[in-house]
Amino acid sequence: MAIIELIKNRPHIHTISLLVANKPGVLLRISLIFSRRGFNIESLVVSPTLDGRYSRMTITAHGEPSVLEQIIKQASKLIDVVHASEHKDSREVVEKELALIKVHAKAEKRAELLQVIQHFKSITIDLGPEELIIQVTGSTEKLDAMVAFLQDYGIIELVRTGKVVMGRGKMTT
Amino acid sequence: MTKKATTGAEALIKCLENKDVKFIFGYPGGAAIPIFDALFDSTIDLVLVRHEQGATHIADGYARATNKPGVVLVTSGPGATNTITGIITAQMDSIPLVVLCGQTITSALGKDAFQEADVFGITAPLVKHSYLVKDPNDIPRIVEEAFHIAQTGRPGPVIIDLPKDITSADCTASLKNITMDLPGYTIPEKAPKKDIQKLAELLKASKKPLILAGHGILISGASKEMKTLAEKLGAPVTNTLLGKGAFPENHALALGMLGMHGTAYANKAVSNCDLIFSIGCRWDDRITPAKIERFCPNAKKLHIDIDIAEIGKVLQPDAYAIGDAKAILTELIKMVEPLPTEPWLKELDAYKKKYPLGYKIHGGLKAQHVIDELYNLTKGDAIVTTDVGQHQMWAAQFFKTHAPDTWISSGGAGTMGFGFPAAIGAQMGCPDQTVIAIVGDGGFQMTAFELSTAAIRKLPLKIVVIDNKFLGMVRQWQELFYDQRLSGVDLEGNPDFVKLGEAYGIKGFRIKRPADVRRILEKALAYNDGPCIIHAEVVKEDNVFPMIPAGGSSDDMIIEAPKYKMEKPKGST
Ligand SMILES: Cc1cc2nc3c(=O)[nH]c(=O)nc-3n(C[C@H](O)[C@H](O)[C@H](O)COP(=O)(O)OP(=O)(O)OC[C@H]3O[C@@H](n4cnc5c(N)ncnc54)[C@H](O)[C@@H]3O)c2cc1C
Ligand SMILES: Cc1ncc(C[n+]2csc(CCOP(=O)(O)OP(=O)(O)O)c2C)c(N)n1
Repeated sequence: MAIIELIKNRPHIHTISLLVANKPGVLLRISLIFSRRGFNIESLVVSPTLDGRYSRMTITAHGEPSVLEQIIKQASKLIDVVHASEHKDSREVVEKELALIKVHAKAEKRAELLQVIQHFKSITIDLGPEELIIQVTGSTEKLDAMVAFLQDYGIIELVRTGKVVMGRGKMTT
Repeated sequence: MTKKATTGAEALIKCLENKDVKFIFGYPGGAAIPIFDALFDSTIDLVLVRHEQGATHIADGYARATNKPGVVLVTSGPGATNTITGIITAQMDSIPLVVLCGQTITSALGKDAFQEADVFGITAPLVKHSYLVKDPNDIPRIVEEAFHIAQTGRPGPVIIDLPKDITSADCTASLKNITMDLPGYTIPEKAPKKDIQKLAELLKASKKPLILAGHGILISGASKEMKTLAEKLGAPVTNTLLGKGAFPENHALALGMLGMHGTAYANKAVSNCDLIFSIGCRWDDRITPAKIERFCPNAKKLHIDIDIAEIGKVLQPDAYAIGDAKAILTELIKMVEPLPTEPWLKELDAYKKKYPLGYKIHGGLKAQHVIDELYNLTKGDAIVTTDVGQHQMWAAQFFKTHAPDTWISSGGAGTMGFGFPAAIGAQMGCPDQTVIAIVGDGGFQMTAFELSTAAIRKLPLKIVVIDNKFLGMVRQWQELFYDQRLSGVDLEGNPDFVKLGEAYGIKGFRIKRPADVRRILEKALAYNDGPCIIHAEVVKEDNVFPMIPAGGSSDDMIIEAPKYKMEKPKGST
């Protein structure tokens, strides 16, 4: 199964949180810093914070740790970036991602499929005559595993939100 | 009578006046007309250049000579894109510029409107910060922020893109007591005491220290502290190309410039020191090898920089302090004691005697001779600007810089065409000083059109054109590394630069023979009725030495022309 191999060989993914001023061009400037060093952004989530003047960005990317450290320093330097840091220790944060997966679900496979869905604690959010849409949340690894598992049934479409994280307890994100 | 409403453009100009802006270097066009209109009534002196690139380099030279931000004003589209080279030149060397660009009206943005260019997008990777103004009432705040950002911390260029409808609309915002909104901008000022103590501790253990004085010292205004520290420690000082003037190069402890074309003794000091202490220098690849572990492997590395992103970027220091050089040095000076450097200084003196900088006066006119004589005649008391190339390196070697902010050269970007317009800016900022532009025949022709700008204002600057009828620095590389296969470097057909000057009403002098150098330079230096061009027709083929081939370390330095064919540089450009 190709995707299993992919997961196994997947390079270490870094998770970076940024608190940025909610101003035009911030995303452009941040992505330029990544692209200049040849860093590929895997996922990127931008959302408003409680205080409307700021946005939260969560970026996942892979590459040399020393280069990433430099990238974070350079991102922190941007005038509109209030704070940027990498979450190195996954025990200090909770992380979640959500995926919508549309799979083939012919009648004869349906029961089996529903068992898989249950196993992954995911839910069916759209039920069609020949296909269904699954919503799954969890760690990136869990989602990867489910996607791998569903390959056998035939995935029609896949949409993932990208990872969001939050510091546990008194830890700020 | 009701008070006439203030337009965005008028508010802009008022704000610039309040910021004490003396000059705006600019070039008009449709999208910028409202701003030029507002300038009509202003006390600010509008300097009409002949090309927008010229405006940016003039503003840059002004900023480097005065430590005040240079202000540029251009129109949209091609006007704005013509400033790009000047913007990256300023960004690479941390120079404060505020560049105002006219822009098409807001409702036309993104529709390929006449003379529309996405200036915000194009310049994003080249600036410290940028703005696209969407509301005339934001203008006072944005100007306040732009000047603050350009000048503080690690300085750099800031762009303000101003749509024409915004500069034409009413601005009702107050122009006084402006509050900035920069939650993400922090300027490291005070380094933790324990970090400075760590520097002091490592210094204490050193017998062969070497201070590496960078441009950051000049930006910080810390040359006095720099000198006190060196003298108290008894430590020799080398400087980068941009650090010229951070420590007087005629001081007994001075070794001059290090690096690719640095002095042999400075590079020997790099090879043999037991500690190297960079103050406001970013370990650029013209002074460090591609394999960084080859950079003085046995020396402790110390680093002071205001920019945290510079710490560990090129090399991992053994100790560092982040903050303003002046503040850190003031603390550090109190913590250090004289070091036992006698034997080390003797060793270096021996290198100085063994490998002095030199050139042969005979066998044709030498660029080095002209520059050396300029130095002797002015006793180093002049602001020198350079262009980029061999003449730049010879100027760095032979024109010792004695005082801060008197050496102006494009280092990081190495922008040909910089030297002459930069001299215009320096002369406008420092009208009472002798300003000398040392330029190559290639680079001068890139921005020579600013001769009008200099002539109209009768600026008494001296333009020394080192004419070797080659793109000399590239020719040198082709000779040394590419089997003398000269490709695209021949400048035969150059104009007669004296006649070129005449066309602008500019006085000209010509030097052809070594015997004439002193006499003609004396005359030129005494001429102060306006600019003058000194056309020095030097030997065509001459090379800059010492040289560390790109990517190499100080151990790879060659002091004179090699007899063997050299390998092409690896790991660096
Ligand atoms: C043809 C050519 C040849 C060259 N050859 C040489 C050569 O042989 N030797 C050489 O040295 N250069 C050479 N250069 C120049 C070289 O490319 C670099 O521009 C130069 O070495 C940079 O010097 P710097 O690090 O001192 O200055 P900058 O690049 O301006 O860096 C300044 C540093 O100081 C920091 N700083 C700013 N403000 C403060 C403050 N207030 N307090 C503390 N730190 C601060 C900045 O963050 C930055 O890290 C050459 C250039 C050209 C075009
Ligand atoms: C805008 C620009 N284009 C090209 C270069 C590459 N370059 C560096 S030095 C040089 C030759 C400069 O020749 P000249 O101005 O005659 O000075 P010389 O080296 O002969 O003193 C060139 C082409 C550059 N630095 N800048």
